[in-house]
Amino acid sequence: MSLEEKKQEVIEDFSMYDEWLDKYEYLIELGKALEPYPEGEKTEEKLIKGCQSRVWLDWENKDGKLYFRADSDAIITKGIISLLISVYSGRTPEEIAGDDFSFVEQIGLRENLSPTRANGLVSMIATIRRAAEEQI
Amino acid sequence: MDVREIRSQFPALEAKVYGKPLVYLDNAATSQRPFVVLEKQRALASGSNANIHRAVHKFAVDATEEYEKTRDAVREFLNADSREEIVFTSGTTMSINLVASCFGEAFVHEGDEIIVSVAEHHSNIVPWQLLCQRKKAVLKVLEIDEFGGLMVESLEKLISQRTKIIAITHISNVLGLVNPVSEIVATAHKYGVPVLVDGAQGSVHEKVDVQAMDCDFYAFSGHKVYGPTGTGVLYGKKKWLEAMPPYMGGGEMIETVRFSGTTYAPVPGKFEAGTQNFNAVPALQEALRLAESYKEDSEVVDNQKNITDYLLDVLTNDPRIRLFGVPRGTAVKIPLFSFAVEGAHHEDLALILDKMGIAVRSGQMCAEPLMDRFGVTGMLRASFAPYNTMEEAEYFVKCLNKAISMLI
Ligand SMILES: Cc1ncc(COP(=O)(O)O)c(C=O)c1O
Repeated sequence: MSLEEKKQEVIEDFSMYDEWLDKYEYLIELGKALEPYPEGEKTEEKLIKGCQSRVWLDWENKDGKLYFRADSDAIITKGIISLLISVYSGRTPEEIAGDDFSFVEQIGLRENLSPTRANGLVSMIATIRRAAEEQI
Repeated sequence: MDVREIRSQFPALEAKVYGKPLVYLDNAATSQRPFVVLEKQRALASGSNANIHRAVHKFAVDATEEYEKTRDAVREFLNADSREEIVFTSGTTMSINLVASCFGEAFVHEGDEIIVSVAEHHSNIVPWQLLCQRKKAVLKVLEIDEFGGLMVESLEKLISQRTKIIAITHISNVLGLVNPVSEIVATAHKYGVPVLVDGAQGSVHEKVDVQAMDCDFYAFSGHKVYGPTGTGVLYGKKKWLEAMPPYMGGGEMIETVRFSGTTYAPVPGKFEAGTQNFNAVPALQEALRLAESYKEDSEVVDNQKNITDYLLDVLTNDPRIRLFGVPRGTAVKIPLFSFAVEGAHHEDLALILDKMGIAVRSGQMCAEPLMDRFGVTGMLRASFAPYNTMEEAEYFVKCLNKAISMLI
């Protein structure tokens, strides 16, 4: 699936829920299903600043594609990061760096989270983008 | 006073969030403002907007009078000995910084000691740390027990010949327990040590009598007692205020200015540099009158007590919940509850509650040392005001249970 198709799919999945509580339920499900992240790698270096909850994000470059791994102590945040990973993992650095991440706004995540949380989201996106730019 | 009637005086409480009625339980962060306060601010801005203490024209005279009348109202609110002991500031934080800076400049030297408690708001920690860095002084910490009670009995052991001041909160914004400040002051004074009381929460919930308490300084914020943001008070005993150098220079804090040397205005003017917040400060008169009336009204007191008892019962009997600040013995708890839920992150809970219309606080609550003390990264806090109803408390509990079940 191309990046555009995947983003469209996420937007459609998300728009199935009218109520914010249902969207949270969905994010919680995603968070719970996220692949486990090794405890030993929850280092200061991998920690993303600017979140009320703690988020660890790591990546590797396999055959020219970036694969992300992440964890958070808060489950909704974990759901959001899982959403981001499902969209951007397995893409080339060029694809990621060239994206505007506006789908996050289209699904209403940014304005419907508290400012501190939105900051966290901004930091998560910035970290993914920086990873991609470093690899170009 | 009926709670419905009280509510009707606060326009913000009519708000809907996400289509649901707002249940505002973040009062310890800031309280809502009633019509009388909002109206007073509007009237001042349009009816007597002039800089105070300066011009002779009518607008300026009226504005100055309103401002100075507020000083009398604050004196009465705190039962201070004289109006000269009331300094207007921008809030608790500025009040404490003023004392740390000016008292510190005059009286704290290398090797001296300052005592704070582990349960202080950052605003009552960091100013003292800055002072300690500047003067090479030492900050000592009074601990709390596992229930959040201040270990007052160990205070005497902490006090030494080098102790210059003790800074302690009247009520912690996390624990919600009323500290025995009179007892602390009495102990400190036995050794000649002055005490600053952080009254940011105490001024809202307790009747304050600075003479009976005998504290040397008392600080509070207008925005937490139904007043305007950017207003605050520092009470200081005259002997200290007079012995302290000014905080900032400029404006009306002077007597004469010469390049050969400047002399300062008598207290409290010495500490009120620059244009004062003259549009907002006078609205404190209305705010404090209201705050006082709530403290004296038996219906309000009963309602707050019932909410406190109800939530204490719910939160201490739920094995998933760990409440911080549990009253023991004769300790008094205000309707403020900080807690952690096993397996559910405070931020997730706050986000879900928000979507149910409930405004609560989550995170470190400007008290990181206290979070460390309890070994948590943050807490969830619900804090109630006289305009909150028992139905809101019950709705909060219902929603909290729903949120927890969504998460675990
Ligand atoms: C106990 C306590 N001290 C100090 C402060 C700081 O007050 P302000 O931010 O109004 O200066 C607060 C408010 O958050 C508080 O609750």
